[in-house]
Order: sequence, then C-alpha cells, then structure tokens
Amino acid sequence: MSASTLRIALVGNPNCGKTALFNQLTGGRQKVANYAGVTVERKEGRFTAPSGRMLQILDLPGTYSLEANSPDEQITRDVCAGNFPGEAPPDLIVCVADATNLRLHLRFVLEVKRLGRPVVLALNMMDTARQRGITIDVPELQRRLGVPVVETIAVKRGGARALIERVDGEVPAAPAMAADEAASHADLHAQVRELLAATVSMPRATAEVDDALDRWMLHPVFGLLILAVVMFLVFQAVYFVGKPITDAIGDGFGWMGEQVSAWMPAGPLQSLVNDGLFGGLGTVLGFLPEILVLFLFIIVLEESGYLPRAAFLLDRLMLSVGLTGRSFIPLLSSFACAIPGIMGTRSITDPRDRLTTILIAPLMTCSARLPVYALLIGAFIPMRRVFGVFNLQGVVLFSLYLAGILGAMLVGWVMKHIRRDKSEHALMMELPSYRLPKVRDVAIGLYERGMIFLKRLTGVILGLTVLMWFLSTFPGAPEGATKPAIEYSFAGYIGRALQYVFAPIGFNWQISLALIPAFAARETAVAALATVYLVGGDGAGLGDALAGQISLASALSLLVWFAYAPQCMSTLAIIKRETDSWRNVAISFGYMFVMAYAASFIVYQVARMLS
Amino acid sequence: MRLSDLPKGASAVVECVDDAQAADPIAQRLRDLGFVNGEPVRVVAVGPMGGDPVLIQIGFTRFALRRAEASRISVRTEVAA
Repeated sequence: MSASTLRIALVGNPNCGKTALFNQLTGGRQKVANYAGVTVERKEGRFTAPSGRMLQILDLPGTYSLEANSPDEQITRDVCAGNFPGEAPPDLIVCVADATNLRLHLRFVLEVKRLGRPVVLALNMMDTARQRGITIDVPELQRRLGVPVVETIAVKRGGARALIERVDGEVPAAPAMAADEAASHADLHAQVRELLAATVSMPRATAEVDDALDRWMLHPVFGLLILAVVMFLVFQAVYFVGKPITDAIGDGFGWMGEQVSAWMPAGPLQSLVNDGLFGGLGTVLGFLPEILVLFLFIIVLEESGYLPRAAFLLDRLMLSVGLTGRSFIPLLSSFACAIPGIMGTRSITDPRDRLTTILIAPLMTCSARLPVYALLIGAFIPMRRVFGVFNLQGVVLFSLYLAGILGAMLVGWVMKHIRRDKSEHALMMELPSYRLPKVRDVAIGLYERGMIFLKRLTGVILGLTVLMWFLSTFPGAPEGATKPAIEYSFAGYIGRALQYVFAPIGFNWQISLALIPAFAARETAVAALATVYLVGGDGAGLGDALAGQISLASALSLLVWFAYAPQCMSTLAIIKRETDSWRNVAISFGYMFVMAYAASFIVYQVARMLS
Repeated sequence: MRLSDLPKGASAVVECVDDAQAADPIAQRLRDLGFVNGEPVRVVAVGPMGGDPVLIQIGFTRFALRRAEASRISVRTEVAA
C-alpha cells in the first residue's frame, strides 16, 4: 500500500449520523477551524488505516441537495466538486445515508454520484433499521447504484469496521457518467422509488416510538408544558450551576493574585499581576462553566432530537419578531450570559436569522448586570408596596428585564424591515427520530466548544482587561494627592471628557468614569463607583453615598443605560469571533449605544420634569 | 388544493410545487426534499399558535413547514386505492 495520504470527504443529509461516524473514525484527533472567509466550521480528522495508510477525513456540512441554498451547503458542493479555493479535491467521497430514511437520503446519493468522483455509500444506523424490521438488499442496491455499499453503526464501538476496510482497499472507480445526466428532479425521485421498490422493505414509514413521543411533545398544551419545564431546567442550570462555579473561579484567581502579589514589591508590576493578569484570567475562565453547562444542554437536546421540536413549537412566536424557533434557547441562555448564548446560535441554520439573534442576544439582561441593578435600586427606589401586593423595588427590576426583551423585539422587527435581502426565510426543518445521545459525542462536542472559546478568546479578553487596567492605573497619583488615584489616571481624563457627552442623560463625571472599567465587565462598575466616591468595600455604604450625590433622575437614567448599553467587551469579542466581521461588531456597538443613549435621555428628562 | 389548507391528520397526494417568484429557492428545495408529483403526504401536527408551522409526513421523513412554504405545494385529496 502506498504511504501517501488519502483524502476522504464525508457528506450526507442532515441527521444521517455523519458526525457520529466522524467521531467514531477519528476519535479525539480532530481539528476544528473555519473555512477561509466564511464562518462555516471546518472539521478535519485523521487516522491510520490497518494498512498503514494515513486517511485524512473532512466532515463536510450536512445538506439535502448539492443545489446549495446557504453558505455551508455551498462549501459542501464546492469541496465535493473540487473547486473550493484552498481545498484539495477529495480522493474519495463517503456518502452517509440513514438506513431508516432512504426515501430522502438516496436522492442525495444519486446527486453525489453524478459528480463523477469515486463514491462509497455508508448505510448508517443499520441497528435501528433492523430493530424496526427494515430489510435492505445491500448487494442488489450496490449493483443498481454502481458504487460500493457498506453497513455502519456509527454509535457502536467497531461499527465503522466495514467502512474502514472498504476505504483502506482500492479506491473504487468513479461511477460512469451517462451522457444525458441533466436528469430533472422528477427523474431523480423516480430513480429513488425504483431503487426502494427493488431493494428495501419497510414495514412502517416511521418508528412507533417517535409517533408516540411526538403526540405528547408536539401537543398544543402538553407540548408547551414540557417545553416550559425543559427551558426552566436549562435556565436554572446555567444560572445556578454555572454561575457559582464562575464566581468561584473569579474568587480563586483573585486569591491567587493576592498570594502572588504578596511576594512582590508594591508598584505598577504588582498591580499589573494582581488586577490585570489574574483579574483578567478570572474573567475569561469564569465564562467557561456557563458555556459548558449551556452547551451540555444544547448538544443533548440537539442529539436527542428535541431541539427541532422545541423550535417547531416556538417558531410562530419568534417569527413575529423576525426570528426563528431556533433562536429561543440561545436567547434564553443570554439571560445568564450573552457569551454562551451567542456561541449557541450555531444551531440556527439560516445565516440571517443567526445574525439577528447574535445582535439582539446582548439585550437580554445578563447576570453581570444584577450587581449594578441591585446597588442602584437599593439606593434610590424606596421599599414600598404598589397596588398593595408588589414591592416597588421588584417592579423596577422586573421592568428592566422587560425593557431588555421589548428592546430586543423592537430591534428584531426593525432589522426585518431594513434588511436589503427581503427574500423569505425558510423553516423547512426536519424533525429527526428521537435518539439517546451518546456520551462520547456529547463529550467531544463540549471539548470542542470549550477549546474554541479558550484558544480564540483568552488572548483578546485578557489583552483588553490589561488595557483597561492600564487606563485606570496610569498615570499614578502625584505626591500628596488627596483624591483617589483613579481620578488622575487616563480613565479619569476620559471620564471627565465623556461627561460632556453624557450630561444630557444625567451622568456626572464619576459615573462616566465608572463606565470605563464596566466595559471590561459590567459588575466592576460597582467597584469603580465605590472607588471614586471614596467608600471602602462595595457594600451598603456606597448606596448611601450615591443617594446623597446623584439625583433620582440620574440613577434611573443609569439603570436604563445598563439595560441597553453596548457591553461588555467580551461580548463584542465573541461577536467578532462568531461572525468573523468587524462590521457586525460596529453595528452591534453602535445600535446599542444609540438605543441606550436615547432611552436614558428620555428617562432622565421625563424624571427631571416630574421631580 | 394547497397543502396548507389540509386539516391536522389529513392525507393527500402531491401534485406539484409552484414557484412563489421566479427561480424560487424554497420551491426548489421542497422538490429536493421529495415534494414531487405522486408522493403521498400527511399532516401529522400543527403548531400551537395559529396552526403554524405544520408538520408533514413525506416518505419516511417529517418536515416542519411554515404555512407560506406549505402553500406552495399543490395537492389532491382523492387517494388512489
């Protein structure tokens, strides 16, 4: 056997079990990147065949047809056809088809065959097919198709053995191209019907268990109830499992910073290590637990087949604000933190829907805004009953959450109407069979998400954190200074300059200054305010200090500002990473700034008139 | 008759998919998914809000289609025995 590398492209319809097969073949030896110039994920893995030959496998995006409708489908088409720039044409195409869904999947096999490249058909999920009493005459199918056919069970250890043996042998000859290959759709479907009639016997069109489950899951009442419970669990888990670990990581790095800086002489270097480096690491790594908890749910829900059902139930509701049913889970999790939410938009197939979801996700009130809300509400909103039952403080907090949601709906609606591309967004979503998710596939998925976040974002966020530290630390206070050091720093100057911008919405220079470190992480606004108002710690004393020095109108304006403001920089960094476009970062920052400014302006002016 | 006009549980046979505009990619994709003349379909479920989307069984597969998508599909209800 030659020692040269054999390039294999894995293609198939969505839900054919292609990725599970890819995981089975390559294990953890995968490289995840993006295709040049687009945000479509490129997954490549390699393994050594028994013959000693190196097999390099490219897991192409799933598609129903080579007549591409979306960027990821175009990539599958172009790579298979061998004309994607920078991507060598595959030596062999392995077309994966779900043995229980051949009516749909065989058509794609015929389409791939027409490319005139060597093809092997992997009939996947043969175990499920047997359980359901489906029999397939494989030799006859192979004869009629004119390409080698092997059986695989991607979710079982050793389930890809036949495929490995086949691709390790001689590369099959490319299927002959008939002269009149411009077959129409009807022709392809007619060929599929012929093939099915000759080789497949199917006792039942669908699995009984799917029918039974769907009667409950898609029920107008019970379905929505089940959905509400699932959503509640996801939200609770991100908030109450992810958040404490996140806080613990932040505290842990804070403690480590203190320990290390205790050994260092006081000065700028000590401050850099403590506040810049360890503080920044705590912030970055702190996102990881929430990301992993959310993705655990997203992957399990997607693999089990429930996510498309949830999208089915919610589609009408989300469509009314220019979104899709699949936007719901990323938006829900953005209430904990927008970072995992934006990463979670990968399950949205339409690129326009995905972008809208990414842009409005930061409007969901994330948990980092709570300390700021708690401080200002505690200081300015009296504990009073409204309508005899509600606590006024609670009402204000609720209104802020509601303001975020209404703002997001407004932005979604506006985006729908100003978009140049007015073509209809399609749903056309397959509801696959229910499946038990496999631990290995979930683990590989989680590992990939975690690594992507750490590799691509640690540097950026850490760099920005250090920059923020630099701005708030230098230049240092002069000898005999009586005011807090931050007032003499660049941040102090910027804060004083910004007060002219923010005066119409009622922010004095102290508030303007606090907005600068808040850009690194919103919750640090509290600490910054404590510093400028010379209050030790960030406890109740700060509330009283604020109440004495800021007007109620300014406080309300600041609350509204935090509901809409373009923060934090980690969110902007993840938008850059997920959309690969500075333009989207600029749009996102710009629209939120305008929206926050406008809303705060109205609140401040109205509150001043009334008071 | 349009597929979007069928009530929940009803069966029909596809006649054709009509382009909503010239070179309609959605109509094209529907044909790729198997909505071609003679293919039996059934409305399995409808969405909880306004009966939108509809869940269609075609072949061995279930597709959720928005009403605007399903209305591109022309069907006949008399099922050939």
